[in-house]
Amino acid sequence: MVNELQAGKQVVGSTSDQLKNRPIALTGEMVRRAVGDAFVKLNPRSMARNPVMFVVEVGSALTTALWIQALWGTGEAPAWYIGGVSLWLWFTVLFANFSEALAEGRGKAQADALRRARKDIVAKRLNAPRHGSPFEIVASSALRKGDVFLVEVGEVISADGEVIEGVASVDESAITGESAPVIRESGGDRSAVTGGTRVLSDWLVIRLTAEPGGGFLDRMIKLIEGAKRQKTPNEIALNILLAAFTIIFLVVCATLLPFSIFSVAAAGQGTPITMTVLVALLVCLIPTTIGGLLSAIGIAGMDRMIRHNVIATSGRAIEAAGDVDVLLLDKTGTITLGNRMATEFTPAPGISKERLADGSQLASLADETPEGRSIVVLAKEKYGLRGREIHEISAQFVAFSAQTRMSGVDIQSDGTSAQRIIRKGAADSMRAYVERLGGVYPAAVQQTVQDVGRAGATPLVVVENKEVLGVIHLKDIVKGGIKERFAHLRRMGIKTVMITGDNPLTATAIAAESGVDDFLAEATPEDKLKLIREYQRGGRLVAMTGDGTNDAPALAQADVAVAMNTGTQSAREAANMIDLDSNPTKLLEIVEIGKQLLMTRGTLTTFSIANDVAKYFAIIPAAFATTYPALNALNIMGLATPQSAILSAVIFNALIIVALIPLALKGVKYRPVSAVELLRRHLLIYGVGGLIAPFVGIKLIDLFIHAIGLV
Amino acid sequence: MIWRQVRTASVALFLFTILTGLIYPVLVTGIAQLVFPHQANGSLLEKDGKILGSGLIGQPFSQPKYFWSRLSATPNVPYNASSSSGSNYGPLNPALLEAVAQRIKALKQADPQNEGPIPVDLVTASGSGLDPHISVLAALYQVPRVARIRNLSEDQVRQVVGECTEGRQLGFLGEPRVNVLKLNLALDDIGRSEGR
Amino acid sequence: MTANGLLQLAFFLGAIILLTKPLGAYMARVYQGERTFMDPVVGWLERLIYRLSGVNPAEEMDWKANAASMLLFNFLGLIVVYALERVQQLLPLNPVGLGAVASDTSFNTAVSFASNTNWQAYGGETTMSYLTQMAGLTVQNFVSAASGMAVLTLFIRGLARHSAETLGNFWVDMTRSVLYILLPLSIVLSLVLVSQGVVQTFSPSVSVPLLEQTTDASGANVTQQVIAVGPAASQIAIKQLGTNGGGFFNVNSAHPFENPTPLTDVLEMLSILLIAAALCYTFGKMVGDTRQGWSVLAAMMIVLLVFTCWAYEAESNGNPKFPSPAVDQTTTSLNPGGNMEGKEVRFGIVNSAAWAVATTAASNGSVNAMHDSFTPMGGLVTLVMMQLGEVIFGGVGSGLYGMLVFVIVAVFVAGLLVGRTPEYLGHKIEAYEMKMASILILIMPLTVLGLTALGVILDAGKAGIANPGPHGFTEVLYAFTSQGNNNGSAFGGIGANTPFYNLTGSIAMLISRYWLVVPTLALAGSVVKKKLVPVSEGTLPTHTPLFVFWLIAVVLIVGALNFLPALALGPIAEHFMMVH
Repeated sequence: MVNELQAGKQVVGSTSDQLKNRPIALTGEMVRRAVGDAFVKLNPRSMARNPVMFVVEVGSALTTALWIQALWGTGEAPAWYIGGVSLWLWFTVLFANFSEALAEGRGKAQADALRRARKDIVAKRLNAPRHGSPFEIVASSALRKGDVFLVEVGEVISADGEVIEGVASVDESAITGESAPVIRESGGDRSAVTGGTRVLSDWLVIRLTAEPGGGFLDRMIKLIEGAKRQKTPNEIALNILLAAFTIIFLVVCATLLPFSIFSVAAAGQGTPITMTVLVALLVCLIPTTIGGLLSAIGIAGMDRMIRHNVIATSGRAIEAAGDVDVLLLDKTGTITLGNRMATEFTPAPGISKERLADGSQLASLADETPEGRSIVVLAKEKYGLRGREIHEISAQFVAFSAQTRMSGVDIQSDGTSAQRIIRKGAADSMRAYVERLGGVYPAAVQQTVQDVGRAGATPLVVVENKEVLGVIHLKDIVKGGIKERFAHLRRMGIKTVMITGDNPLTATAIAAESGVDDFLAEATPEDKLKLIREYQRGGRLVAMTGDGTNDAPALAQADVAVAMNTGTQSAREAANMIDLDSNPTKLLEIVEIGKQLLMTRGTLTTFSIANDVAKYFAIIPAAFATTYPALNALNIMGLATPQSAILSAVIFNALIIVALIPLALKGVKYRPVSAVELLRRHLLIYGVGGLIAPFVGIKLIDLFIHAIGLV
Repeated sequence: MIWRQVRTASVALFLFTILTGLIYPVLVTGIAQLVFPHQANGSLLEKDGKILGSGLIGQPFSQPKYFWSRLSATPNVPYNASSSSGSNYGPLNPALLEAVAQRIKALKQADPQNEGPIPVDLVTASGSGLDPHISVLAALYQVPRVARIRNLSEDQVRQVVGECTEGRQLGFLGEPRVNVLKLNLALDDIGRSEGR
Repeated sequence: MTANGLLQLAFFLGAIILLTKPLGAYMARVYQGERTFMDPVVGWLERLIYRLSGVNPAEEMDWKANAASMLLFNFLGLIVVYALERVQQLLPLNPVGLGAVASDTSFNTAVSFASNTNWQAYGGETTMSYLTQMAGLTVQNFVSAASGMAVLTLFIRGLARHSAETLGNFWVDMTRSVLYILLPLSIVLSLVLVSQGVVQTFSPSVSVPLLEQTTDASGANVTQQVIAVGPAASQIAIKQLGTNGGGFFNVNSAHPFENPTPLTDVLEMLSILLIAAALCYTFGKMVGDTRQGWSVLAAMMIVLLVFTCWAYEAESNGNPKFPSPAVDQTTTSLNPGGNMEGKEVRFGIVNSAAWAVATTAASNGSVNAMHDSFTPMGGLVTLVMMQLGEVIFGGVGSGLYGMLVFVIVAVFVAGLLVGRTPEYLGHKIEAYEMKMASILILIMPLTVLGLTALGVILDAGKAGIANPGPHGFTEVLYAFTSQGNNNGSAFGGIGANTPFYNLTGSIAMLISRYWLVVPTLALAGSVVKKKLVPVSEGTLPTHTPLFVFWLIAVVLIVGALNFLPALALGPIAEHFMMVH
């Protein structure tokens, strides 16, 4: 039963795809809420966190004041015109706020869903830490760390904790969205339970490991809501650059006033540039597109992780994922399907294949491991041996134990045949077993064992009484498409390392078949830690997944550490991401999301700065039209009037933010190609595109506002 | 620590002053005076022990019998070789356009028959105010005037122009040009020998 | 443009490319302390200097100690030049008997030469005694250039080393720059220049008769021409090689005694760019990947070539306001044609345009034609070359470290574009590096635009303007662009020898040289500590044509975007007024 559930989970690679499509779709409600939030965010104190947009807000306020002044009849330009510019400057701020609110909105909806799981419930606090001890009913919020409580069938676990007694199946769908229950039991790697999940069978005695409100679910909600969102290193660096651009353009615009005053005197005609135009120019020049969308990009990156059912404990971790150089991948479940399958029988000299198949099947009848069942199935399919029911034969099964390292069956003699003692197990233990009984371990079998191992399979030797029947090939099945995936990673510059407990021979074969770059065979947790440190000393960033308690040190050491949600509490605490699907292949997607996050920032920055060229061509001839009419030669877009030129540039600048919100939220599409190819592609689309797009956009807006007779 | 640095800085500056400020120019002057005395002292033109001018520094000419040099914007007096200067007029400066117009007028007055276009270097000031050269075309433009006044055939004058023309250095560097002072000195020589 | 003009350009640029590798490799050996053929000649001198000045050549310093050494050394130099100017009338080697230089001019000049700007508010032959020129200005020509080269070397070591603390020793790099590179090249170049007619003498002036007597401004007859001479060749050689640019005579290399023939012209032009170009190779060599140096040089070369052709074309087109057809501006093999105002016949259009671009691309500032009289577009090119931050070749040393800062910015944005934390030469580029790079990019436009605004608002500033209309604005913009980038060339019409310009100019020069050195070295001090990030497929290579293109785009966008509005009110407006 236990195995089956686990097996079920291990092969769920496909169900995660279905989970991904559990996104919270953009609903009218969310948009409405975001619009409201956009206004709330106008509060200068929250705007000050974003220097670029703060400057726009100040500019908007300034032009509004100028507009009011113009309404009184003493304005520097017609009131409708200043008002128009001012209005669109406010829109620029609002659009940026809206993008951020929208990105947060998705998270909020997700958080609400989670919060529903964390209703205030009661808990049965035990007086003594054992099942059967008397308990009192308390509110879950009254529980403290270290308290022990009992959860029985149908009840919701009130807080995060560790199982100290009992085995139960638990429905964790509230967190993972996965409807199949998982097993939680005391000791070992499946002892951690999460508050808000429901016990479906049996009971558990749980010791509380987190204060109420500090549990996993609470942390998740906080993360998703963005309350704890800190700027990531690259975001900080980019912010510095954007702030520098903003300061430069501030000075460019501020000095333009004296320049213009001088020029009016020198040319003997015209009027100095107006404040309205200066503010419009400033807002158009400073990188508002990226500045306005920057935090939305960050939030959306976190959100994309959540939609992949990965909870990152910090944005930093997501960013680091994009930089990963080395992926440490567990063989089982990531590179190969969780279970080895019997693929062939090779009999010992003098033994018929049928006899080997028969013996193998008998020895495996009671073996409920996937390997065991695959032996039964192979014998049935290849040699027509009907799977016999255990009770048909008077047999006694011997389960696998760590001491004997073999399993099998003892069939009582029924008079017609002698007693049959069949055992199967690893080659070396079977050899010892046969030799202890005084049997002969044929050299041919020894040879087969080696060949099988070299081919990447695991040999099981079958012995009846003291006679070796032959070898069963248990083969790892490499997941479909994994080779192509590794090739993609290689092109991205990421090295894949397979971690396996197999011997080097087997590991070599699987490594070759799956296309990983390197492997660590017969790996112990210490080896893993050592390997990570080695890579890090060489300047590489390492990512890994893990679930067991013994993975915790390595997880803590790795730069990107993904813990399986099914894993132990200590593993989950050492990691900086938790995969709710517990799907080891997820690491690959995490890397892509990390890269996407950086790329979206880079492309929008490039686009934003490239836009400035066209804006200059729109605004400069307009701004100095009265002083130097000759500069109209720069009006290559043929904009109708100076006013329409400036208004069009400001409107374009505001609208482009809205137009790019979907890109900011979705992220730039990731392509597994080389860095040079990616740079070429993105420079072409966002650099050259960023040069051209505003020329077209501003011209169209100009045509439109001219057509409707606004100017 | 800081005093050690100050000491280092002072001593190093002193040593580099001696080395690059005294030894270096004195060494170069010594070698130059030894190996290239003519050039090092201003490439002076000498004839019969008499100094006639510098082969590298232009002189002003306004008489029709001489080939005219370019305009000079040096202070106080044109071709003031102790205070080099250009006009520094911007291309739209009315003073520039006025100077050009004046020069055109002067050239036309000196040679009313010549209706050809005037080469641009002849109506503009040089950067140094000391430019010893005019373009070959600017010399050819003036040939009819000089020939007429000196009673020489245009071919004769053109031949002297040809002799005083410096081609492109190494065959491709710079512009072909005529040294005005040398040209006028050569013409005076012809006049003197014929007058004798 | 003519075929011969393009041939001259090709020769000039080709010669630079050919000389880059041998000189660059030699300099790499010099800075890495390896043996060179010059060791027997100057090795003893080097050791003597170390011993007398108490330098332990084996001792390495971190960025702070190096920055302090550089600042201290330059500060002392500044004081010495100032003092020399103020008391030159009491000192020997003053044959014309020039008096003390005014205090504001002295300060401006001292700052100017210490900071490798060599802006000259004064006319050389009428202001500075030979002693001041030699012991003050020529010395600074050497040591300010050597300081820049030393800072670059320290910066390169920051990029070449990993997980380290120290960058090297400023004193050693500075001393070796002078002894092994600048001094030998200067001696050779100055002698070649003398052979062509550049003067080199200690006599004050020579008097020659005028063939045709003339009258001076007061109407008096003038029969003699007094020709200023002096030890010019030795100063010209180093002013070109060290991208100083301060001329011996007022009109700098337009003067026939500074630049007598087309050959001296091309040699002097070559000297402007030679060391700056070769340092790119030195950089590649020292970081262990010469492709990195070549790609930086390629970016510089491409920008230089494009802008040179632009200026050449603009000047060739001449001045449409001249009467036509009365004036012949067409270019033929007999007529240089084009805009000849302020240009010398022997150089013609192509060499004047090429020089103008080279001298502003490098922060040299010497001129062989008057930039003030260039066509608006020709003048715009020279302005833009400086406004890019003097990183297209730039000053010896300072140009390349400035360019490498741009490389870091380009790498940063490119890194984001490919979805990976940016790295350059195995160093991760993080927030601290971006902070320093941002400061470096920020300071120059702030200084230039801020002071220009002051210049066009205050009467003291407006008083210096010589030309009417937008050209007058360009003069002020040029003055502060030049000083704010340590270039030193000028739109010469501007009357800049006034307390206002001398003081504001000094501020600009001090900021652009010394304020920038500190964050530059801080940046080096930060990257040198970083662990090596090994190159993988995901690493963005910084030696591909694509990256070169991207680097050019970043340099142009960052430079041009800041100054476009100002340029619109100056040369751009003037251009459209001229052609319409």
